Amino acid sequence: MVIGVLGLQGDVREHLASLRCAGMEGRVVRTPADLAELSGLILPGGESTAISLLGEGGIFAALRGCVRDGFPLFGTCAGMVLLAAEVEGRDEPHLGAIDITVARNASGRQVDSFETELDVDGVGKKLCAVFIRAPFITRVGPGVRVLAEHEGVPVMAEQGNVLVASFHPELTEDPRIHRYFGAIAERHEQEVRRS
Amino acid sequence: MVEKGTFRVKSGLAEMLKGGVIMDVTTAEQARIAEEAGAVAVMALERVPADIRAAGGVARMADPTRVREILDAVSIPVMAKARIGHFVEAQILEALEVDYVDESEVLTPADPQFHIDKWAFTVPFVCGARDLGEACRRIAEGAAMIRTKGEPGTGNVIEAVKHMRRMNEQLRTTLAAPAAELMTLAKTWGAPIQVLHAIREGGRLPVVNFAAGGIATPADAALMMQLGCDGIFVGSGIFKSADPAKRARAIVEATTAFDDPKRLAEVSADLGEPMSGIAIEEIPPHEMMQTR
Repeated sequence: MVIGVLGLQGDVREHLASLRCAGMEGRVVRTPADLAELSGLILPGGESTAISLLGEGGIFAALRGCVRDGFPLFGTCAGMVLLAAEVEGRDEPHLGAIDITVARNASGRQVDSFETELDVDGVGKKLCAVFIRAPFITRVGPGVRVLAEHEGVPVMAEQGNVLVASFHPELTEDPRIHRYFGAIAERHEQEVRRS
Repeated sequence: MVEKGTFRVKSGLAEMLKGGVIMDVTTAEQARIAEEAGAVAVMALERVPADIRAAGGVARMADPTRVREILDAVSIPVMAKARIGHFVEAQILEALEVDYVDESEVLTPADPQFHIDKWAFTVPFVCGARDLGEACRRIAEGAAMIRTKGEPGTGNVIEAVKHMRRMNEQLRTTLAAPAAELMTLAKTWGAPIQVLHAIREGGRLPVVNFAAGGIATPADAALMMQLGCDGIFVGSGIFKSADPAKRARAIVEATTAFDDPKRLAEVSADLGEPMSGIAIEEIPPHEMMQTR
């Protein structure tokens, strides 16, 4: 199974390493052609403003198609901002793949960035979570399942085949969250094969 | 338990900036132009390096009011420069809550012998380096990000190329050397051996390495990316050019499409005049910034 990592800007290398660590193959995706024969796509951490400027007029049209088709998508930090249905302070969402509202940089400036341990529903206990100028989820739509909270604020969620996290599992050596996304991708692949 | 200012949190922000462009800005308006062009961060300073070079005298940390205006103007990370060894300027910048401090040779050094003890801070630091020994010393002092020094304010990429090639060559040597030779390499380069061990464990520098010092065109940015750097700092190259917004956007595009010459040809066209450059041999030795 090959999982793509959107490679316009951000911590692409870390996601590729995490995928390897989780026993999956990763591939950098920059153009619509790169999406062929993938089982899922990760939108990495980075700066959402920069990634969206680079993506609009390029690969984002194809990604909107992925969203419509229910293709497995996983966004961390900036990737979560790109996948959210609503971004506070913006009129239009970027890709609108999951029914949540996010506030950018809600954890504060870099001096407030932190790491902690989280229990993640369906994944495991005591996962190291690194929050860097992190966005928080401020509204959760009816079809969305919250998988983890930090001090009462939702920081990881899923809806259908879309998974998002405020933090960076790819900055740790723990492959459990990438494996969890791999299972979503595998399930989707079996459904496609059956239909 | 919540832990702030860990090395993973500090170096992690630099990891997020990879493949992006960090632009020098002196006003809130310039910061907004940079953000709209797709900059991943801005560097707040009083004057761009080319103007510092022209003005002479002592160059210091920017006025806190200036830094605050820029912090308020954009949603992307804001960096600011402190003088080499001036730990109080760094304390002030940390109190202002800038996202990264650049302990920078562009400003006039405050200490002829010692750099800042960067472990003592919650805010992360980026430092310049001309070779692997210098990079390793800064990392051992707590720097969470490295950039080549190049020769700032010249619009001339030759020194950045020289520094990146030298670092790459020394990285290859470090990775290939038998264990018995490592201490002698450490001694020769002035590189703390524990950082050389970390390089061998990870197969690369333990922190992100950007290119800086003389990058003025999209082709310069792509050149540095093809030489293996993780991202780009552009100092004077943008706001000393004829059309800053257009050039900024073109350098952002070139940094992502660095290995696609057709795309580079498109983004390099019709940008207006670049900043006028300086030949390195025209700079008197005492005015070189990289040797600071």
